[in-house]
Amino acid sequence: MPPKASKAHISVRDLTMAYGDFVIQRQLTFDVARGDIFVIMGGSGCGKSTLLRHMLGLLTPAEGDIYYSGNSFSGASAEEQETMRRRWGISYQTGGMFSAMTLAENVALPLQLYANYKTAEIADIVAYKLALVGLGGYQEYYPAEISGGMLKRAALARAIALDPEILFFDEPSAGLDPISSRLLDDLIMELQQSTGATVVMVTHELASIFAIATNAVYLDAGSRTMIDYGNPAYLRDHSKQAVVRQFLTRGESTDSEQSQRQGHE
Amino acid sequence: MSDPNASFKLVHDGHDAVLLLCGAWVQGSNVQDFAAVSRELQAGAHANLMVDGAALDGWDSTLMAFMLQCYNYCSEEKIGFDTRDLPTGAQKLLTLATAVAPHKQTESPQEHWLAGLSPRRLAGQAGEVIRESLAFTGEITIALGRLVTGKSNTRLEDFRHFCYQAGPSALGIISLTSVLVGMILAYLGAVQLQQFGAEVYVANLVTIGVLREMGVLMTAVVMAGRTGAAYAAQLGTMQTNEEIDAITTLGISPIEFLVVPRMLALVVAMPLLTLYADILGIVGGGIVAGGMGISPLQYISQTEQALAVHHLAVGLIKSVIFAVLIAVAGCRAGINAGRSSAAVGQAATEAVVTAVVYLIVADAGLNILFQAIKF
Repeated sequence: MPPKASKAHISVRDLTMAYGDFVIQRQLTFDVARGDIFVIMGGSGCGKSTLLRHMLGLLTPAEGDIYYSGNSFSGASAEEQETMRRRWGISYQTGGMFSAMTLAENVALPLQLYANYKTAEIADIVAYKLALVGLGGYQEYYPAEISGGMLKRAALARAIALDPEILFFDEPSAGLDPISSRLLDDLIMELQQSTGATVVMVTHELASIFAIATNAVYLDAGSRTMIDYGNPAYLRDHSKQAVVRQFLTRGESTDSEQSQRQGHE
Repeated sequence: MSDPNASFKLVHDGHDAVLLLCGAWVQGSNVQDFAAVSRELQAGAHANLMVDGAALDGWDSTLMAFMLQCYNYCSEEKIGFDTRDLPTGAQKLLTLATAVAPHKQTESPQEHWLAGLSPRRLAGQAGEVIRESLAFTGEITIALGRLVTGKSNTRLEDFRHFCYQAGPSALGIISLTSVLVGMILAYLGAVQLQQFGAEVYVANLVTIGVLREMGVLMTAVVMAGRTGAAYAAQLGTMQTNEEIDAITTLGISPIEFLVVPRMLALVVAMPLLTLYADILGIVGGGIVAGGMGISPLQYISQTEQALAVHHLAVGLIKSVIFAVLIAVAGCRAGINAGRSSAAVGQAATEAVVTAVVYLIVADAGLNILFQAIKF
């Protein structure tokens, strides 16, 4: 059942995710408002990335559905799905940059495929997008020739090539030093503020969560469902779930992991 | 609908120039080239360029790309650039885009597009491949020496695994190619021999042809494409994943740990596969001979006459040498691969190409050798 006249940009309703018979998470219901920076958080292996892959339509829900501005993604025709996807920008965990293309070609690809620009304009747009992520002048470099932090920013440049309405990030700061990670967070936040896009992000970096997130959902690995949902700073102090407070105050020490660790001792 | 034409007007105001933006600066609108602005700006000496976006009907990256060009032009020409009258979002984006100074690429000398074909460079590349292969063969020899003296880190488990991959798994495709090669040889010979009424000698031709030459060569080509390329891709991926670095820093020689089991597996599998290919090749020839009116008994007895141990030995000796060449070509390409996914593909291609070249050259050389010693 689609959400009733909800103003939410993305609505997840009764979503159950499973690989075959193996249920990853069940009964997820939450909204992402337009202009939110929404974080999917939780310990390792709780299904954060799986949830993101469902939101991207790469996996089909076992039960329930995800709605974008009130329209179901899995219920849409292949063409409608294409149209919806063109309004999204996605930055994958390892960047997902095409290694056989230069940065300029990587960023230009979605523009050539889907945008209504003249060839001469595309070069200007690419220069602007790369400048936006601090990579001005790196047009002719190949992904293998730049550092990991630069690669993440280059992936961001490709993700925002089409001026997306929703930006998805899978672990944007994974493998980055704290300073680069902070710079990337700032960049995401500033881009969000100046373009008004909705940002959905998977991360377990507490610094990132408090720095930029406006809303968050916590997926629990033990009970296999979401156990809290709200503003992270509020959840840290007021969540009714001890696990969530623990997660937000002390890092990744969730109950299940603690019991695992004790089991090894 | 908004005005599909995005336009601007440059107004001169004393020392300053004002850039009036009109219409919708969005994707698909007809934007004038930035060159027009720079031409007009060049005409008059201005201290500042002010942007007035009050008449803007909408904007997106199209406007921002244009603004970035204005900014770059102004900073090059030392003209002040004032964007106070742009929408707030656009101002923020421009600040973000200009926060980091553009990277200046060091100019690499442009070379002629045909330079890659110069004989000197090609010879140099070929020389490099041969030199690397020789060095690689040397390292393998050292590793084999350690294996014989029992100091090697080669794992028996790996060897068994690769034996299975290189042997039984290849039987299907080897069966197909060797039966067909036997048939092709028989056809080729039968048509010629028929002219002399000597069809029955097809059996001799097929037997000697398959045993000495075609059985082993076709097996080697198939294995170069199948196993040689697989070795290159496996080792190339390990190089990309830093597995080879990990092995090296653990104090294990990658040659002993990765290359030796692969090569030994191929050296064991190739003669057996060749033997198998020989039998099927002769059977394939028999099928064609049967179709030409030679009775099976005749074919078998004729085959028996032609069958000699030294023919078989020639094929088996070749198969061992070819196995080493395929393994060297495949593993060398893999270990020396670059660190990207594209490099893995290049390594696999290089493995097959060098292996096939090695095979043909070695085969020619061995034939001359066997001829000379009348083997």
